[in-house]
Amino acid sequence: MDSDILLQLNNITVVYSDVIQVLRGVSLAVRERQIVSLLGSNGAGKTTTLKAVSGLLKPENGKVTDGTISYEDKTVQNLSPEEITRKGIIQVLEGRQPFKYLTVEENLKVGTATRWGKPYRKDLEMVYNYFPRLKERRKNLAGYCSGGELQMLVMGRALMAHPKLLLLDEPSLGLAPLVVQEIFRIIVKINEEQQTTIVLVEQNASMALGIAHYGYVMENGKIVMEGRAGDLQKNPDIKEFYLGMGAAGAKSYKDVKAYKRRKRWL
Amino acid sequence: MDFFLQLLVNGICIGFLYGISAMGFVMIFKSSSVVNFAHGELLAAGAFLFLALVTWANLPVPAAFLLTLAGTFILGFVIERLFLRPLIGEPLIEVVMLTIGLASILKGAMLLIWGGNLHNYPDFLPEGLGLHFGAVSIPPVYTTSILISILFLLLFGLFFKFSSQGIYMRSVADNQTAALSLGVHVKKVFALSWAIAALVAGMSGIVLGIINGINVHELSAIGLKVFPVVILGGLDSIGGAIIGGLIIGLLETFTGGYISTSLRDVIPYIALVVILLIRPYGLFGLVEIERV
Ligand SMILES: Nc1ncnc2c1ncn2[C@@H]1O[C@H](COP(=O)(O)OP(=O)(O)OP(=O)(O)O)[C@@H](O)[C@H]1O
Ligand SMILES: [Mg+2]
Repeated sequence: MDSDILLQLNNITVVYSDVIQVLRGVSLAVRERQIVSLLGSNGAGKTTTLKAVSGLLKPENGKVTDGTISYEDKTVQNLSPEEITRKGIIQVLEGRQPFKYLTVEENLKVGTATRWGKPYRKDLEMVYNYFPRLKERRKNLAGYCSGGELQMLVMGRALMAHPKLLLLDEPSLGLAPLVVQEIFRIIVKINEEQQTTIVLVEQNASMALGIAHYGYVMENGKIVMEGRAGDLQKNPDIKEFYLGMGAAGAKSYKDVKAYKRRKRWL
Repeated sequence: MDFFLQLLVNGICIGFLYGISAMGFVMIFKSSSVVNFAHGELLAAGAFLFLALVTWANLPVPAAFLLTLAGTFILGFVIERLFLRPLIGEPLIEVVMLTIGLASILKGAMLLIWGGNLHNYPDFLPEGLGLHFGAVSIPPVYTTSILISILFLLLFGLFFKFSSQGIYMRSVADNQTAALSLGVHVKKVFALSWAIAALVAGMSGIVLGIINGINVHELSAIGLKVFPVVILGGLDSIGGAIIGGLIIGLLETFTGGYISTSLRDVIPYIALVVILLIRPYGLFGLVEIERV
């Protein structure tokens, strides 16, 4: 195993409620300080993969039943979220999920739960540096923030925990293109300045591959393709299915059928 | 008019106590969605522990008071650890059954030790604490209880607003998954809410014991009044619990004073039914922020 691999999933199977199998042998590796993007259509199992890593399957009655997850060369599958977060893995949940009735600054303060009692002033400054909007809104209830502000808030909240590995689940979901650009710019900045390794789950494949070093594509609970981000961007199938740049141009019924056929092959 | 003022003061005082003990109930409900049917027994446990420390152990009152608070805090903690934690994630009905069982066990244990008779604390409140405004006089126990209530409210307000643990507790009540994702020890938060709830229940138990005397049956029946109080205030609102407590307290004393004492004990439940019919989410239930 390479020494600079931070996280490795070896052929993991995830089952919900003892019967619903969602991941069927997922393997992937994340190198230290890289941004790795995980693409795939709805229901492919991206969120489940992240939750398998962060330990958040447990409250949903899900379990890694097969395979191993190793992080810093230790196996971590099925540990509790309390243990995993304390190893430096923080997941930013899909659909934002702020603490609505807490102020922006109180939300950020919850991010220090993994190192309770330690000073955090500097970290607040750091987060406000990345997201100046949050500083302006810091006394407001999070429930009244806009979508873009909330995305900044939940990312900032995760940063407060000093993560080594940050798992971002669809940060661009439902945001205006300009805001998405801003968020992605900050993701790159965090990766470079804080040396945070990032796994980025996205529907927005072109943006994600634009900033990632490496990428994986999931379908139906399996990895169907992987490669350096630059190579994936050039791949004709990726272009057609995820970047919306099908060679045929205008969509016709024939294209849709072709899409289905190709997708099965994928 | 004097009679009115007297009832007003009594009502506010009783209401504060109802409100504060309902606050404990709401805390448990908010953090872990557990409906605690053993609340009245926690109230009684505090009253009897204080009795034991004051009469059997002959401790000075302030020491006994603080020790009782510590004892009920630990009791709540232990209850969560032993009984509630194994049931995390189980259906609500099982948890409710458990708290009902817990209520019988606690009640049984207290009956065994102290029997079903009425006990009284020795008189220890200095007369000087009583207040007199013309014909209206406020007995020392009422001034004390209002002072203690306000002190507790202040302390808890500060705790929830500024301490890390308080903020973690609110975060769990707000969005449990998000709190887990940030490494908040959700189980510790559950335990802490039980501990604090038992502590405030114990405190109310002591003061109610000073006012009415101490009797297992009566105190556990008072515990049931948290239901009208929290239904009135909104199950998920701590501020609502206090206001709900005040309303029920006033309603009770005024009914008792002007209409009949036998109606007094029923009126909270009449209010409960009326509120359920017209505003099932309570008068002060949280306004759901729907923006996100
Ligand atoms: N708690 C659960 N219990 C049972 N099945 C679940 C659970 N959570 C997810 N699933 C199923 O697992 C599959 C993968 O879900 P997952 O959320 O991982 O997909 P995703 O790739 O993140 O999709 P999306 O892009 O829509 O977020 C879906 O078919 C979903 O219905
Ligand atoms: Mg998802």
